[in-house]
Amino acid sequence: MKLTWRWIGVIATTGALAAVLATAIALLSASRHPPQAETAAGPGGPFQLITQSGAELSNEDLKGAPFAIFFGFTHCPEVCPTTLWELSETLKRMGPDADKLKTIFVSLDPARDTPEMLKTYLQSFDPRIIGLTGNEDDITAVAKAYKVFWRKVPTESGDYTLDHTAIVYLMNGSGEYVGALAYHEDADKALAKMQRLVAGKTP
Amino acid sequence: MSSFLPRRAWSASAPLYLFRSLEEKLGLVALAIGMIFASAQTVLAHDTTVESLTVSQPWSRATPGGAKVASGYLVIRNTGDQPDRLIAATSGISGRTEIHEMAVKDGVMTMRPLADGLTVPAKGEIVLKPGSYHLMFVDLKSGLQEGEPFQAQLTFEKAGSVALTFDVRAIGASDAGDPAGHGTSTGHVKSTRH
Repeated sequence: MKLTWRWIGVIATTGALAAVLATAIALLSASRHPPQAETAAGPGGPFQLITQSGAELSNEDLKGAPFAIFFGFTHCPEVCPTTLWELSETLKRMGPDADKLKTIFVSLDPARDTPEMLKTYLQSFDPRIIGLTGNEDDITAVAKAYKVFWRKVPTESGDYTLDHTAIVYLMNGSGEYVGALAYHEDADKALAKMQRLVAGKTP
Repeated sequence: MSSFLPRRAWSASAPLYLFRSLEEKLGLVALAIGMIFASAQTVLAHDTTVESLTVSQPWSRATPGGAKVASGYLVIRNTGDQPDRLIAATSGISGRTEIHEMAVKDGVMTMRPLADGLTVPAKGEIVLKPGSYHLMFVDLKSGLQEGEPFQAQLTFEKAGSVALTFDVRAIGASDAGDPAGHGTSTGHVKSTRH
């Protein structure tokens, strides 16, 4: 009888330990897997575009360093200049840390945004901001990869403007989506997110 | 100032004391009224009235290099019993000036030209501001520089036309700021007006 009770105790303890271990393993793997699943389906992907100085730039060139990427166009009256200005201010406040990441502005309006146009336009902002343009197909591909919404809207006298996603995507050194800056994100919050991005943490 | 004057010596010059004191008081009151009026003028200078409409604080932002568009913001107040409608705008700085509505929803910015213009309700106001209604100056002839104002004209269905001067603020400015450019004091003036 005594022996049986002892054995039951041993079995129960072992069972409980095994259960705890199994739960821990399950929890650990669960906490690891969903972000991987998210980033696999998240914004991002390969691209090959032209910078404001006429050089080619691809996602391969960005490997190893995190980057902040924003899609817009220079015929944009408010969201794009405001966002580029806010990014410039954030870079300034980051100090030397700002050199540990790339900040990229991709044109969704390649017909009007030539590399020369981007060069002139970006002179009003932080010189570290990289402007990218390309042909219509390459721009369509990168915008789709980043799950950017955009649409041409005709205005008076045959001209057009664009509706487009107004968030800044934060990508890690492997080119995976890890966070975003909302339009008009609070300056301090934006700074904290960018600092976490360069520190290799989740923004 | 008066603390340096021996007040008893004043009262010694008996018959004149009351009168001079009153005069002094009146002078102070007049000075105070004058100062209030003068400070209010800095804001009033930016209000333009046509019929029952008052347009205030027209402003815009400096544009990035090579930019072909700029937006304009202002407030239109209607004290009349009838609604009016902003139907057109023109400016020497741009080929065209359109009236737009902008919104950011679920991370997407959308912009629509308002073909029918913008109604200013009776006894009400309409605000053109960032993230909302705005004027869009299209085909800019040259970029807008901070601190270099420009002229534009609005046309209303009933009230007719009104000429305005737009202040040009920094690229990243988020509001009209200090409308007269007189430093921090205007924050005070604004609060006394509203």
